[in-house]
Amino acid sequence: MLKKPMRLEHKLDLSILVVFLSVYALFFIGNPGVFSRFDIYYSFMSTIPFIAILALSVTLVVVLGMMDLSFPSVLAFSAWVFGAVFTATGNMPLAVIACLAVGTACGFINSILVVHIGVPSLVATIGSMFFWRGAVNMVAQGRGISLVGAMDRTLFTVFVGRIGGVIPAQFIWMVLAGLFFGTLLKRHRFGTHLLFVGDNEQSAAMMGINVKLVKTIAFMQVGAAAAFVGILSTLEVTYFWPSQGQGYLMSALAAVFVGGTSVFGGMGTMLGTFLGALLIGSLEAGIISSGLSGFWIQFIYGLLIMISVSTYATMMRKRG
Amino acid sequence: MSENTDYEYLLEMRGVHKSFGHVNVLQGIDFHVGKAEIVALVGDNGAGKSTLIKTITGVHRPNKGEIYFKGQRITIHSVAQSRALGIETVYQERALADQQSLWRNMFAGREITNFLGLIDVKQQKRETERLLRESMGFTSKAITVDSQVMFLSGGEKQGVAIGRALYFDADLIILDEPTMGLSLSETKKVLEFTRSIKEHGKSAIFISHNFYHIYPAADRFVILDRGKIAGDVRKSDITQDDLVQKMENLARTGVFE
Ligand SMILES: Nc1ncnc2c1ncn2[C@@H]1O[C@H](COP(=O)(O)OP(=O)(O)OP(=O)(O)O)[C@@H](O)[C@H]1O
Ligand SMILES: [Mg+2]
Repeated sequence: MLKKPMRLEHKLDLSILVVFLSVYALFFIGNPGVFSRFDIYYSFMSTIPFIAILALSVTLVVVLGMMDLSFPSVLAFSAWVFGAVFTATGNMPLAVIACLAVGTACGFINSILVVHIGVPSLVATIGSMFFWRGAVNMVAQGRGISLVGAMDRTLFTVFVGRIGGVIPAQFIWMVLAGLFFGTLLKRHRFGTHLLFVGDNEQSAAMMGINVKLVKTIAFMQVGAAAAFVGILSTLEVTYFWPSQGQGYLMSALAAVFVGGTSVFGGMGTMLGTFLGALLIGSLEAGIISSGLSGFWIQFIYGLLIMISVSTYATMMRKRG
Repeated sequence: MSENTDYEYLLEMRGVHKSFGHVNVLQGIDFHVGKAEIVALVGDNGAGKSTLIKTITGVHRPNKGEIYFKGQRITIHSVAQSRALGIETVYQERALADQQSLWRNMFAGREITNFLGLIDVKQQKRETERLLRESMGFTSKAITVDSQVMFLSGGEKQGVAIGRALYFDADLIILDEPTMGLSLSETKKVLEFTRSIKEHGKSAIFISHNFYHIYPAADRFVILDRGKIAGDVRKSDITQDDLVQKMENLARTGVFE
């Protein structure tokens, strides 16, 4: 009897899991003292959610076979809106709503360029990446905004408080985002439509899927997610600064591709992205605590990405 | 909704034009499909057959002209709308997504969902399984509802596209080159199916280049030539040999006679 062949996506999920566990095994061997204590996980739980939520959200655009490079700039611009509105009004819910609205609007502008004007997404979002970074530099005049005044607000606790004094709230947000995006992609009508459009746009249109709407929503939700992470990362350090988010571009994209989602579109895995983000986010600390110097970090990043994407490419080629 | 049965034609097009840029693909099409009638749409490559049916299914919008369905003037804005009217289509391109599973392809664009939009995966799989085994007669154990379309043979892909159209009980079924690339036994199944459409009181538009497939299946032949209707004959008024002869004349002289 034929054994039921394993689906490619399950193989991808399995291999990222294997990579993840092996790297963590290496961390343990490298420095058992650090990796068997809670402290390092506490630090991971407070920093990794930022790139993880961004990566999960961008995965939806990648599933369409498209790209968004503007999210770090959108993050910074909407975080400035958050800081400015809060400083001006002292009204935190209003600042949150304004921030999310601006982020979503930035995503909508991307979608106009890509969907209606027909600019390739990579090119369009290089433009908007510079545009929003430039905008935030202009409005902020190079100055940061202190948000110390937000610390006694309930919403502060909801976003970045410490549950039971130990679990950073953003970690909960990350887990919720993982469940949300995982369900959205594989179990929701919108996710199926994304997969269809990313796989074969003409077929999708002939099957009555509103291709333009699907693409528009995909870009808008990245804007919203960037704004949301803008709030989290600003509140975590109670400070807005104009170059905020710049470090997230490559880490978030690396998480998506290390996770096994294909740049060609039509397939994607949120579990992969989630594990990819955990991996990318803990690599730096892992390398340093293993006793290697900081000069190794990018080298090992690069190695990990090259190995994982080569593995996936081989799997894709051999499938069937 | 009460069914209005008081209409002459199930579908009627009047003076429909469609152009892509400067290319006038359809130039004033008058065309109709009767109740329980199988209409064969024939014509050379590039005559505009697929474009014509895509203006009916909402993929393309006509630049000019009117379309009536069940006697009502309609403007079809979207594929979803034409489906809601009761028009199902098997496109020449098959309209499948290669990397997706059969159960996703079968319900593409009209998933079975709850009020939150979450897909009832179990039911979609169950229905797909039933279609595979019963309607499409897939026997291969290697094909399951979880199989990706890319692993299917050409004939199996068409089986999926046809099975999908059948599943959603429609009044007008459009088949664009349904027998292309099929084996003899698979072709026979498609032709039998086409006849069963009529028996159920439904109508069909059947596009094919193969007169041996079309002639037995159709009630009427509509000949499309470079974007215009060149002929419209009932099967009772023409033999298969005459039809083939006239089509050859059309190709040579530009006149269907
Ligand atoms: N989306 C489009 N954009 C531009 N031109 C198109 C488009 N679709 C079709 N055409 C052109 O319209 C003409 C008719 O195409 P159509 O597909 O309707 O022909 P057909 O009769 O179905 O041919 P075949 O028998 O080869 O399937 C062709 O010249 C084709 O190139
Ligand atoms: Mg055609």
